[in-house]
Amino acid sequence: MVAGDGTRALLARLGRRRRCALRGPRAGGVLGPAGQFRYIPARSQGGARGPAAAQAAPRRPIHIDDDTCVNDALAPILAASNLSRHYGARHAVRDVSLTVARGEVLGLLGPNGAGKTTTLQMITGNLAPDAGEVRIRGIDLLDNPVGAKRHVGYLPETPPLYRDQTVREYLRLAARLRRVSKAKVAAAVDRAMERTGVGDVAGRLIGTLSKGYQQRVGIAQAIVHEPDLVVLDEPTVGLDPNQIRDIRALVRELAGSHSVILSTHILPEVETVCDRVQILHDGRVVYADTIAALRNQRGGQALTVTLLRPPDGEILRAVPGVRSAELLAPGRFRLVHEPGASPAEALARRCVVDDWGLVALVPEETTLEEVFVQLTQRDEAEAPVAETQP
Amino acid sequence: MIGVIARKELAAMFHTPLAWLLLAVLQAICGYVFLVGLDGYLEKAPMLAQYPDPPGLTEVAAAPVFGTAAFLLLLATPLMSMRLIAEERRNQTLALLVSSPVSASHIVLGKFLGLFGLLALAVGLFTLMTLSLSAFTPLDYGLIAANAAGTLLVAALCAAVGLYCSSLTAQPVVAAVSTLAALILFWVVGLGASDPSSWTRWISMLGHYQSFANGLVNTADLLWFALATALFLGLAVRRLDRDRIYS
Repeated sequence: MVAGDGTRALLARLGRRRRCALRGPRAGGVLGPAGQFRYIPARSQGGARGPAAAQAAPRRPIHIDDDTCVNDALAPILAASNLSRHYGARHAVRDVSLTVARGEVLGLLGPNGAGKTTTLQMITGNLAPDAGEVRIRGIDLLDNPVGAKRHVGYLPETPPLYRDQTVREYLRLAARLRRVSKAKVAAAVDRAMERTGVGDVAGRLIGTLSKGYQQRVGIAQAIVHEPDLVVLDEPTVGLDPNQIRDIRALVRELAGSHSVILSTHILPEVETVCDRVQILHDGRVVYADTIAALRNQRGGQALTVTLLRPPDGEILRAVPGVRSAELLAPGRFRLVHEPGASPAEALARRCVVDDWGLVALVPEETTLEEVFVQLTQRDEAEAPVAETQP
Repeated sequence: MIGVIARKELAAMFHTPLAWLLLAVLQAICGYVFLVGLDGYLEKAPMLAQYPDPPGLTEVAAAPVFGTAAFLLLLATPLMSMRLIAEERRNQTLALLVSSPVSASHIVLGKFLGLFGLLALAVGLFTLMTLSLSAFTPLDYGLIAANAAGTLLVAALCAAVGLYCSSLTAQPVVAAVSTLAALILFWVVGLGASDPSSWTRWISMLGHYQSFANGLVNTADLLWFALATALFLGLAVRRLDRDRIYS
């Protein structure tokens, strides 16, 4: 029984690997300095779990000079392909691929348990993927974790704070751990504190800070070494609206100099902060596109209209474009229309002409859950999932 | 990187009263044992002088301090080592180290050196206490050095065992209890064996410490301590690495 499972898992992994290999350059291409594409074959050795497997894998001669990569605006900061991970029998993440370009903010959206945290742990080296590959600035995270992690700052769901250290002590430690040279530590800490607005509590013990400040210290820790990639796992959970606004502004500001991956289960958060979005559902990418495309996707199919002198429901239904009208409360109707063809203008005109006393006309936005339902249903009905490419 | 982590651990221990308290208590107990030994020597000195090769002050008063210290280290280490990894795991702060560009062996060695630093400080204080006699009488410095070295080796092994036990769990108390059990077992395992070449004697910490206590620095014993310490550190590195794979 156990052996059978193991064999099946192995076969599945082999199959996956073959797919990677057939796909050729996508398995691990690196854009060279002159823009030419260097093909790097897919890893020939196992799911590369831990250092033993990494050592067993034949070493590939990849030495990418840091500077050449920095100058190459085309090279993605993060290229993760076909990541999979299971806990016991449960597949937490299946075949997830992510790419993040320089200066881009990618939103990873999904309900709780969709695999967001697992994915982020894999791309930050906190969790070994069962299969797949992670490259950060072209450096393979599994082959050379120490080299790759230099360029990453990570804020986990629970900020990894030492409560009995002061903010400054903690950030100094974080900077030293991230190999900021001794001479530059003080400046780096000051800059991180200034950007995250924790300068006024620099001397206080972290344990005595409010949740909002602790979250900022967590972000400061992730950016103190000026990494190329900042990974934030649900940075606004549990904060009050003002703090949420501040953190969102901070993320936007970070995008100027860093690439950011942000996970959240709040749809508006993605819309205000991110350039691109990937939606995870049940461990799979069900949607990957720009924010504008998501907005269209979200474009609702209903209007809520409030009238002081409402006509009969039948009359409302007769307005061109309205498919059905439902009375929600006296004077308040929910009008369903064809997707993308809002009758709002025609309706407003009718309201004025017939003197219905229009008070509110609100397009109904699809909730995240509805987007998921739409996406998952579409995927099941139609074509395979869209792949990500910037 | 190892130094950064070691300094952090050492500082963290002195951030809480535990380290100070522990140093004070250990020092007090060893001070008492020292005093008792000194008293006994002064009482018996005239009688001892009649023997052809009488034991000196160092042997009677100073050496027992280290024997006591070694045993106290067995009891004290679990209290310090339990939080090293288990607490970080429980508070989910391990992510700071794991997502930094440091390897598991850096983390383990750093934490080991941090704890060993504290224990070495304690051993240093005991040594200074015995050396305070040199103001009044000539001492057998070789014997004191061998004793101090043996006690330091016991401290290193205790720290390594404690670190490994701490890496196994997310609950500091579980780590402390398992460390204590492992260390005591390690210490007493050879006691019942009548045959000196028995394997239980060979794996016992006490047996290997004994020659140091007698003033004999034996390469085989030195190597035994080094290997045992390295073994537990290696196991801790493996365990920490496995976190990324099964969790």
